[in-house]
Amino acid sequence: MPNQTEQAQRSAFLSENLRRRARYQLVFLLLAAALVVITVLNINAGSVAIPVGEILRILLGQAKDSAQYSIIWKIRLPRILMAALLGGGLSLSGFLLQTFFGNPIAGPFVLGISSGAKMVVALTMIYALHFFSRVSSWALIVAAFAGSLMSVGFILLLSRKLKHMAILLVAGIMIGYICSAVTDFVVTFAEDADIVNLRGWSLGSFSGMGWDNVAVAAVVVGITAAVTFTMAKPIGAYQLGEAYAQSMGVNIKAFRVALIVVSSLLSATVTAFAGPISFVGIAVPHLVKRALNTSKPLIVIPAVFLGGAVFCMGCDLIARTAFAPTELNISTVTSVFGAPVVIAMMLKRQSGR
Amino acid sequence: MSDFYFSTKQLTVGYDGTPLIRDITIDIARGEIVTLIGPNGSGKSTILKSITRQLKMIGGQVFIASEELRSLTYKDLSTRMAVVLTERMKPELMTCRDIVATGRYPYTGRLGLLSARDEAKVEEAMAAVHALDLRDRDFNAISDGQRQRVLLARAICQEPEIIILDEPTSFLDIRHKLQLLSILRGMAKQKGITVIMSLHEIDLAQKVSDKIICVQGDHVARAGTPETVFEEEAIRDLYQIDQGSFDPVFGSIELPRPEGEPQVFVLSACGTGIPVFRSLQKQGIPFVAGILYTNDIDYRLARVLAMEVVEAKPFMPITDAAFNRALYWLDRCPRVINAGVELGECNRRMGELIERTRRYK
Repeated sequence: MPNQTEQAQRSAFLSENLRRRARYQLVFLLLAAALVVITVLNINAGSVAIPVGEILRILLGQAKDSAQYSIIWKIRLPRILMAALLGGGLSLSGFLLQTFFGNPIAGPFVLGISSGAKMVVALTMIYALHFFSRVSSWALIVAAFAGSLMSVGFILLLSRKLKHMAILLVAGIMIGYICSAVTDFVVTFAEDADIVNLRGWSLGSFSGMGWDNVAVAAVVVGITAAVTFTMAKPIGAYQLGEAYAQSMGVNIKAFRVALIVVSSLLSATVTAFAGPISFVGIAVPHLVKRALNTSKPLIVIPAVFLGGAVFCMGCDLIARTAFAPTELNISTVTSVFGAPVVIAMMLKRQSGR
Repeated sequence: MSDFYFSTKQLTVGYDGTPLIRDITIDIARGEIVTLIGPNGSGKSTILKSITRQLKMIGGQVFIASEELRSLTYKDLSTRMAVVLTERMKPELMTCRDIVATGRYPYTGRLGLLSARDEAKVEEAMAAVHALDLRDRDFNAISDGQRQRVLLARAICQEPEIIILDEPTSFLDIRHKLQLLSILRGMAKQKGITVIMSLHEIDLAQKVSDKIICVQGDHVARAGTPETVFEEEAIRDLYQIDQGSFDPVFGSIELPRPEGEPQVFVLSACGTGIPVFRSLQKQGIPFVAGILYTNDIDYRLARVLAMEVVEAKPFMPITDAAFNRALYWLDRCPRVINAGVELGECNRRMGELIERTRRYK
């Protein structure tokens, strides 16, 4: 009876659909739960431990005159929010770049975006100090931004000439090397006093974040993340390759520019505020896609953002508390957790085929 | 403009502004299957890439339903034309159904969510290529034949008026080649979808296509119905076959004949000679065949494999000339093989010939 088999297939398909949906919900629930737990832990832990009951009272606006109130509102809370925003932004940026290049190892660092930012910041710090007594954090943000966009500009310029994605990736790596060489050159001939600040920033950290930083980051990351979400449909088409995407009606040239601008805007913001942070952009999208067992952008984009936030908050917690009072660089922690994850997943993917 | 659904006018295509193939003028009616044939590197893919707008046209015009291709937006084009490409796509964590569903892209809303109607179209397309059982399989884990069917379903799901396929049968075994092509044939016939594709298998091209376009280096060498295009000499020229031969009647190909002084005279009729001809050909022994009526199935093969065929006109008694020619070869060949000859009114003299061989040996 063909009708019966058809019906059986149909119901199998429906239950498969339900299973998928249940899985998505579970992953989002787990991520949300992790977000809450890590936030509480993050507020709670530190050189001054604050009990959970006290945290709630302070967050609700009571006990305004205690020292704990200032610790939470002035130091810990902005830092937590910043880690969440920047972690989410960085992961999203990684996901977009991987989609763009059809390559799981693409990321802000591979394309020389981080190196470009670092170079301009180094130049600003060293030379501006000769004319002004100090360089404001805003100036550094602008500098990092300019550097990131410069690298992206180069890549976009090259992409007009280079049709092939792999070659473009190599070009990105070369740009990164050139920027690093320039940075090394100026650092070598600079005076020690000039580069003290640069050292701290260039290794990456979420420390010293104020509410003004949070506000700027929230606006930039918020808008770009929202734009990314609206691009979910063409991103899905692009995952099948450029030619297929175009045949489905995507204006490839415009889409590529939009994709690269959005992703570099995200990673530039992160680099400007927290310096280069490694592995988040590669590890988190992989983990999230595996957990969801899909690469559908509509689901993956919010999950990647959430996952990146949780991952960076967790890593920042470890960076702050593991060897307190000494604080680790955020990249140290993200590498320790991110690199093995990436390697393990690649091995699994290989054996799975 | 014209009655044709798809046409090109003096189309020139190539890479980076360098013309590769010039002056392509083709007219294709709705629901026709048109196949591009030609040797490797002759530019079949270049033409297909240009009419799908992956490559910029260098000159000339392309019309789809009287509209100039360049005047259409990508979105307009996407509801008319779907593609199946040679590039291997390696999507991550996508089931076959997910892949097919991407064909609905032009019809879904801002977020690309599938409506119940879209879902039904996906099912329908998968059923059309007999791929319903592949629904929940990972696209990366299925065989080449299944993959091509799923990609075809994806194209069908896009509800195009024309489907462009670049070498859809490469990597497929014979069963899957036939399956794919018969799906295309049915689709063109029933839904009036126009198909333009490139194929390597000229024999299949001949059998599935309404029109054939021979692409040769810098120009289109021939175009037309398979009957007019598939002439032995034309195919030889197109592919520059200097080894072996092509029989346009059945689209069959043969390895080259053994050359030299004939060593064997094969007597046969009605297909009995075919295994003998092939066996001699494989052993590299030159031979002569006869006396064969030109409508005998043995004749078609002997024509390309034997050094000479002693032939006779169908339904007529064997002439003296043919008989004498056969005697001549009977004398000269060291061996005679009688593969089996049914005797009748017309070919009585074959019996005479067989009698003679008995006397010889």
